[in-house]
Parts: sequence; structure tokens; C-alpha cells
Amino acid sequence: MVEDKPDNVSRRSFLNYLLGISVVGWVGSVLFPVIQYFKIPPRKDDEPTSVVAASLKSLKPNQGIIFKFGTTPGILIMGADGQLRAFSAVCTHLDCTVKYRPDLQKIHCACHGGMYDLNGQNISGPPPRPLTPFKVVQKGDDVIVSRA
Amino acid sequence: MKRSFSDTLMDWLRQRLPVDAITEFAEHKRVPAYVGSIWYYFGGIALFLFIVQVTTGILLIMYYQPGVQTAYESVRFTVVHVKFGWLVRSIHTWSANLMIFAVFVHMFSVFFTKAYRKPRELTWFTGLVLLALCMGFGFSGYLLPWNTLAFFATKVGTAIVATTPFVGKTVQEILRGGKDVGAETLTRFFGLHVAVMPAIFTMVLGAHLALIQIQGMHEPHGWEHAPESKKRYMPFFPNFILRDLLVWLIVLNVLAILAVMFPWEIGHKADPSAAAPMGIKPEWYFLFMYQALKFFPGKILMFDGDAVGVVLFAIGGLLWATVPFWDVRLPAGSRNRIVTYTGVGVVLMIIVLTGIGLR
Repeated sequence: MVEDKPDNVSRRSFLNYLLGISVVGWVGSVLFPVIQYFKIPPRKDDEPTSVVAASLKSLKPNQGIIFKFGTTPGILIMGADGQLRAFSAVCTHLDCTVKYRPDLQKIHCACHGGMYDLNGQNISGPPPRPLTPFKVVQKGDDVIVSRA
Repeated sequence: MKRSFSDTLMDWLRQRLPVDAITEFAEHKRVPAYVGSIWYYFGGIALFLFIVQVTTGILLIMYYQPGVQTAYESVRFTVVHVKFGWLVRSIHTWSANLMIFAVFVHMFSVFFTKAYRKPRELTWFTGLVLLALCMGFGFSGYLLPWNTLAFFATKVGTAIVATTPFVGKTVQEILRGGKDVGAETLTRFFGLHVAVMPAIFTMVLGAHLALIQIQGMHEPHGWEHAPESKKRYMPFFPNFILRDLLVWLIVLNVLAILAVMFPWEIGHKADPSAAAPMGIKPEWYFLFMYQALKFFPGKILMFDGDAVGVVLFAIGGLLWATVPFWDVRLPAGSRNRIVTYTGVGVVLMIIVLTGIGLR
């Protein structure tokens, strides 16, 4: 058996060092594409800037409807005063879809009892933030909702 | 004296598991070292490619949406828009093909070295089940992108199933989920491909690997009477396992080169009302059977030509599977040449028929 001379030891540690770098490089080159793969690319129909939420004829005072804003739901409310308001219908608590309660004249989330007023402000229950407001424009009979 | 973390950990495990028995087993595990040792690597290669299949398969499911309106579009989305999506899909497809090739090589090496003999008959049978499952994976996975080639390959494949006497029609309907290949076929194949077959495969693979550990590696012909001094062995840990890992690394590199240089095409979306495209043929591992069936005339006496072909293939497969029972060990350990000639005949038949089919 050959004794380990100092230069043998350094050669071995050099090779180990090279091997270590190769392993790290290899793991990195496998992990990099995998991590990139998980980044979900945007889809064209995901984020429209505005949608026709409803026809004015289909709405009456003290009523709310849910409409599709891209892939997420929005809520359009015609108040008892006839004013139109729109918000994201996604509850700020845990993402349930809220609805308009004509009996309370409030926006209510059935999942955990969160309550918002007609300005989208969280007034009771667990929601931590107001609903995201949208801009509402009337164009003929169409009610057009866009991101504020 | 302060004890190291690994000592503490080993002690903790030792109080709960038979650690010493396991390490002793690992220390004594050895592999015969001779000119045929190269064949031992192919089982490991197949195992490695199976791991690649599981990993890339899980990645593909992240974006795949089964359904005739969404399958093709979602695969297209994965390949075109998802970062490295084309690479993941290409690796999955190439790895599937290489895996079936490795399994075939593994099977023939076991056949020619007669490693299926007592006590390893169960290893042979579980191996054949794994091969059948691999081909099932290939067949079901091929349909999932819902492109033209896949659609017609599935139509033809399930139509061949229907020619099996007595049960063919029923099996075909169960596979298709109706009279024809359609939305139900796609969801059924998806379920088979990602849930049913992986579950069965994992159990059979577990049995296959356990049998190998219990019985040890098969030793070459003639070693049973040879003196110990004439036999050469290599410890499994670490000598063989390091070689195994090196082979896996080479296979991964080959796989990466193939996947990058020859990415798998996605084709055109399946149109059930269109005519079959020219030059349609199944994947290469089904080609020899497909080509053989072409040689059978429409009618043989009173029987359907295809049915006769399917029955003959079934009989051939059964004979192949039962080789441990009809391969009689001749006295003085001499070779049973009938088995070798059968194997050579089968290999030649597969090569020639595949060659004709590829033209």
C-alpha cells in the first residue's frame, strides 16, 4: 500500500473538490428548469381591462349580480337609490365569492359571515380589507366595468 | 466524550429498526463479476428511467387538462408557453421509449443467460408483468395529447383488441368507454395512465426488487460447479452502486441530448371526422405485432385473419412467459439449446418485422 504523501492528499482533495462542484452543477442544472417550470405563464384571457357586466334592462334597484371579470368574479350592484357600483366579488378574508343581500342592503359573504357596506368597506366579521372597487360606465344599455 | 450527531441518529434508529441486519446484508451483497456483468445494468437503467417518468409525469400533470376540448390545447400551452415545458414533455416521451428499450434488453439478457430458472421464476413473471404495464403506459400515454396520430393509433389498437375471440368486444368497449374512441376514452386512458397503472406498477416493481434482494444476483452458467477461487465478485456497496450511478448519469445525458436535439412533435389536433393520415403506424415497440398482423389474410378457413394472428401471438406470449417450466435443465448442467434458438428466433423476428414496418 502506498503511503499518502502530502501531494497525494492534495490531489485527492482536489479531485473531491472537482467532484463536489460537478454534483452541485448537475443538481442545479436539473433543478433550474424544474423551478422555472412552476412559474405559471400569463394566459391571454386572464386579465381583461374591462368587460360588459350586464345590460341595464336586466337590473332593478336594490339588486346585485355576479359577473365574470376574466377568471375571477365581480359583483355589480344597483342600490335602492339606483346608483351602480361594482367590486371584485372575492372576499378579502379567504377568497369566497360574496353576494348582495337586498334585505340588509349590504354585501355578505356566506362562508364566514363577513359584511361589507355599499362602498365595499368591511364593516363586520373577519374580512381584513375592503373589496377592490371597479369603475362603472354606462354606454347605451351596456354597463361596462373596468379596473379602477 | 461528546457523541457525533450521526452516532446519536444511528442509535435512535437502532432502537427502532434492525439497522445492523440491514447494514450487514448490504455489506454482504455482491454481484458476480464476469464478461456478462454488463447485462446487470439494464434493470437499473429501466428503474432509473421509471423514476424519470414519474418525475416528469408529475410535472406534466401540473398543466395537463384531460378532455377533448382541452387536452391538445393544454399540451400545446405547456410546450409553447410554460418555461422548459417543451423539455419536460420531450424528456417524458424519450424516456418512455428508452425505458421500453431497456426493459426489452433486460428481458432478453435474462432469457439468454437463463436467469429465470429456479428459484427466480417469480422474478421473471413479475418482470413480464412490468413489461406489459410499460407497453400499457406507452399505449395509454400516447393518446393523452389528443392529436391525429394518437387518435388513429388508439382506434387501430383498440380495434385489434376487439378481434380477440370471445372477450375482445367487451374489453374494447371497456377501454373505449363507448362504441368509438372519444371523450370517454381520453378520460379513461388518463385515469389508467396516471392512477391505476402507476399503483399496480409500483406494487409489482416492489415485489420484483424484493425478490432480487431475497435471492441475490443470478450467477452465470457453470458457476454452480466451479470452485470458489474461479469466481469473481464485486461488492454491491459501494463498487456496483457507484458504477450503476455512473451509468444512470450517462443515460440522463443521452436522454437530455435526445430531448433537446430531437424534441417530440405535438402534431395536429385530432379530428374524429377526418380521414386517417398517410403512413400511420404505431410506436416502434408495437410495430412487430402490427406488421405481423398485416401478413394475415382477411379469412383463414372459417376464421378471421386478425383473430388468428392475435391468438397466435397470445400463444407465443404464453410460451415465452412459461419458459421456466418447459426449459428442462439437462444433465451435467449443459445448455438447453432449444431455449437459446427460440430466443434468437424471437429476436430476429422482432428485428425483421420492425424493420419492414419502419420502411
